[in-house]
Amino acid sequence: MKRRNFLKYAGITAGAAAFPLNGYSLDTMPRLPFLKALAEGGNPNGRVLVLIELTGGNDGLNTFIPLDQYNALSNARANLLIPENQTLSLNGTVNNALHPSMTHLRNMYNDNLVSVVQNVGYPDQDYSHFRSMDIWMTGADSDQYLDTGWLGRFLELEYPGFPTGYPNADMPDPLAVEIGSLVSQSLMGSVLPMGFAINDPDAFYQFVNDLVEPAPNTPYGDELEYIRLITQQAQVYYNAIKNAADLGYNLSNMYPAQGENRLADQLKIVAQLISGGMKTPIYIVKIGGFDTHSEQIANPNDPTVGNHANLLHLVSEAIGAFQDDMILQGLDDRVAGMTYSEFGRTIASNASLGTDHGAAAPLFVFGTNVIPGIIGDNPNIPNQVFGSEDLPMQHDFRSVYASALQDWFGITNPEQVLNGTFPILPIFNAPSSGTHAQSGKQLESLAVYPNPFRETSTVRFTLPEAGRVNLVLIDMNGRILRTVLDNVYFPAGEHLAPIERQDLPPGQYFFQIRTEGASATKPLVAI
Amino acid sequence: MVDLPVEPIHSDIPASQFPEMATITLNGDLTPYNGPWGFDQAAHLLRRTTFGVRKGDVDQLVALGSADAAVDFILDVPVDAPAPPINNYNNPDFTDPDVPSGQTWVNALPDFTGQAEGFRIESWRGWWLQHMVESEPHIREKMTLFWHNHFATQTSEVFIGRLAYQNNALLRSMALGNFKALVRAVTLDPMMLVYLNGYLNHKDAPDENYSRELQELFTVGKDTLDHYTEDDVVAAARVLTGWRINPSTADVFLDFTAHDTSNKQFSSFYNNTVITGSINGDAELDALLDMIFNTNEVAAYICRKIYRYFIYYKIDQTVEDDIIQPLAQVFRDNNYDIKPVLETLFKSEHFFDAMNTGCYIKNPIDLMAGVLRNFNQNIETSTLLDSFLMPLYLNYTANSMQMLPGDPPNVAGWSAYRQLPVYYRIWVTADTIRNRNIFSDTMTLYYYETPNDRLNVDSVAMAEQFDSPDDPNMLLDDILRLLLPQEISLAKKTLLKSILLSGQTNDFYWTLAWNNYVNNPGDQMAYETVRFRLALLHKYIMNLPEYQLA
Repeated sequence: MKRRNFLKYAGITAGAAAFPLNGYSLDTMPRLPFLKALAEGGNPNGRVLVLIELTGGNDGLNTFIPLDQYNALSNARANLLIPENQTLSLNGTVNNALHPSMTHLRNMYNDNLVSVVQNVGYPDQDYSHFRSMDIWMTGADSDQYLDTGWLGRFLELEYPGFPTGYPNADMPDPLAVEIGSLVSQSLMGSVLPMGFAINDPDAFYQFVNDLVEPAPNTPYGDELEYIRLITQQAQVYYNAIKNAADLGYNLSNMYPAQGENRLADQLKIVAQLISGGMKTPIYIVKIGGFDTHSEQIANPNDPTVGNHANLLHLVSEAIGAFQDDMILQGLDDRVAGMTYSEFGRTIASNASLGTDHGAAAPLFVFGTNVIPGIIGDNPNIPNQVFGSEDLPMQHDFRSVYASALQDWFGITNPEQVLNGTFPILPIFNAPSSGTHAQSGKQLESLAVYPNPFRETSTVRFTLPEAGRVNLVLIDMNGRILRTVLDNVYFPAGEHLAPIERQDLPPGQYFFQIRTEGASATKPLVAI
Repeated sequence: MVDLPVEPIHSDIPASQFPEMATITLNGDLTPYNGPWGFDQAAHLLRRTTFGVRKGDVDQLVALGSADAAVDFILDVPVDAPAPPINNYNNPDFTDPDVPSGQTWVNALPDFTGQAEGFRIESWRGWWLQHMVESEPHIREKMTLFWHNHFATQTSEVFIGRLAYQNNALLRSMALGNFKALVRAVTLDPMMLVYLNGYLNHKDAPDENYSRELQELFTVGKDTLDHYTEDDVVAAARVLTGWRINPSTADVFLDFTAHDTSNKQFSSFYNNTVITGSINGDAELDALLDMIFNTNEVAAYICRKIYRYFIYYKIDQTVEDDIIQPLAQVFRDNNYDIKPVLETLFKSEHFFDAMNTGCYIKNPIDLMAGVLRNFNQNIETSTLLDSFLMPLYLNYTANSMQMLPGDPPNVAGWSAYRQLPVYYRIWVTADTIRNRNIFSDTMTLYYYETPNDRLNVDSVAMAEQFDSPDDPNMLLDDILRLLLPQEISLAKKTLLKSILLSGQTNDFYWTLAWNNYVNNPGDQMAYETVRFRLALLHKYIMNLPEYQLA
């Protein structure tokens, strides 16, 4: 029995009701049935991205199961692999299925509300939770240390000079809201966090009216100024959040009861604040427990139940309720969500009914304006897996960030935020486009020959209909080295595109080809 | 006095606009401190090495006559373990089936239904918090929390009260002992074995969890580019295979059928050491620790953690050269005994330089225990169940400020001691600063309540311990010197004094009210007149951002 359950059981919490345990206590929230401000000003395009952190390193292979690798998987992880006939099949693919506890997400997938990006990671996997999380949060290379977060840099670009002059009429609300008490590293700006942490939007507090005085130019003065600043900000933003919480509401009846799904409780607050007219473009919620070194499943006779199944259920149920809420409130066009985790897990299971730290893993993006389907290939599982072997990366995590920045938020220079140019993946419908392309479409007869290559390698691709094609060469750090085809128009049919070696040093590269609605990333080796 | 090295960062933002991230480092090196010895120095020492200043403790240290003597006193920790926690949780809805009321539960078999374990864990957690609040002016409890943050385990994950208590007792008993011996003890500590799956580590499927953290977090660290390799993680995991826990005694033993008896090859970072495999798991563990402790990085890594926990989070090249590396040398020269390191650090000019005080953002326990200690307030209760509930409520509050003892966020401990570049600043968010303020408000103006008891602080007793409580200027100076780490401006003092004077300008009004209270014992009205003003004054002072600093 875990602490939360104990407290429920113990029945002695009444006296401490004023001190909720990580409480997302919204029971007393007023439901004012009027005036929903659909604010679009301030926030560049009114769009909202909700980031869902699966802390601990989610086991992608038991989440989004590559059925065409099933035999090899049953060699490597026999004691916890989900029986094939119990996986949840998906419309339009026979090679992939979801974990049986993710029925809500399956329904959303079949309703064209989900994009799955395969094999997301970073090169030179570090295997440390902390370093990996730092890399994901800051958008750094694996051998680089950055002290600002990728969202922090984005928000500094969009809201220059913050916090001087903020809040203002255009942007009266926090630039980012994180449910919890701590602000993530991803929100760190160059001088202070760009986000605001709350547990409870009704938790208003009147701080003392401190004298405004210069602080001494000492370490003491430095820290003092910081605390003063956070206090002043807190006062202003408490007012804004309280206001939005009063105006906002939830309409979905798919949310479980308060306290039963810790992720749904958080997303419910997010939905309420969006509904209440907050112009905040970024929300962050978290659910931990994915570091399943042991007891990932409860019992080898039934791998469909246990800790990992419970976690995936919570994630799927919470996302399902949140999306339903957004649709019912007519907010779904401008709200999308995305999961991420610091790494995946080893291909092989261990003797503790668990899996250890791995590398690449799939992530989910959802919303009415995502391009539904599967981006990337199923991982290749060897028939013989060595100890802690794991999955290579196909998509650099910063490609996903770049896609969100460019196509979701509509900024033209994601490379400024990400310190490099990364391929854009067909995840989001750009603000102007109303079309619902299918990214699940495979690029037909895609091949590259020779590979490895010395001087020239040639990419062969087939277009079912005429359209523009983008072809780029990418290095191991995920950065674009060269654009081979820059949105060149091709008629329908088979085409060849040569890639010249030029001065490329020997090594591992990738090429990415993107047509209208389909994309693929493949390895390419220069020798 | 040396010039302050200032790193140019964030050059695109005018420096005048916003506080930059710690552009200024601290003064002085490890030269023994020979400066003045008085109230301010003693209070600084107590702020950093205990959970908050009590006036009596300051007076005691000042009377010792020198910084050296005071540091010796702080480091002279009691050798006896405190009496273990007891069943103080039996209540109308729950009775522990195995442990009578008032008896200790720490030797009882785990209750695998989890019901008793929940109560036992909260009983232990409250017991620990109470020790932190009430401990004598020695460093033992502060070091115990340091080691808990270093060798972090999560009680909510393991959920066996006995193991949590044993782990805590181990960290306390070896808090100022030998670090290498402590690492060995923690490696085979049942709480750690369960938390990082060591007890499942089997030769057929080596579990890397503990092996990785042993190197990444507990000894070598990743502060420098040259460190252990992934293969070292696997090799060390194989060294550590086979350790198991006897469920009824909680004793740890080696199941040699699960132990990998083949040789283990390590990388050039460890001089290509080969640890010879055998069924002697103890010898292999010793060889592993010898190999790890032969690297220079262990001492430096631990000294950086000590520095960040006690002094400041910013370690630039000057601090690295003048403090960390010399301290690491002291650590190695003393075969990894902890006490000489602390002694060198706390007796240094670096520690006592007036420029260096007040830059430490209190962690939630510093803050909460500090409020109580500032007012000489223990957690006094009148029944067993009240003695369970009151610390429980305090722990809920600590949790709302993001620091629940026994449950750090993960195996790396609390982010404030490791998360670049913000470190301590991570404690301070809109949510936590509010919760910190609410706690000091509640203690000064209201109270925590259990069925039979109330907990708050006595604002009048605070004033009475000073020499001239009838003089509002001297009283205010005395209170501020105790509660805040540095002097505040005259303008702010004037504002604070106006709280005592209810906005009047003549000091005499306070003197009159105070004398009226002193001369009329039992006069409720006279008492309330001074109590209310003092409580408001204390509330206001503790709401100041300055109070978050130590």
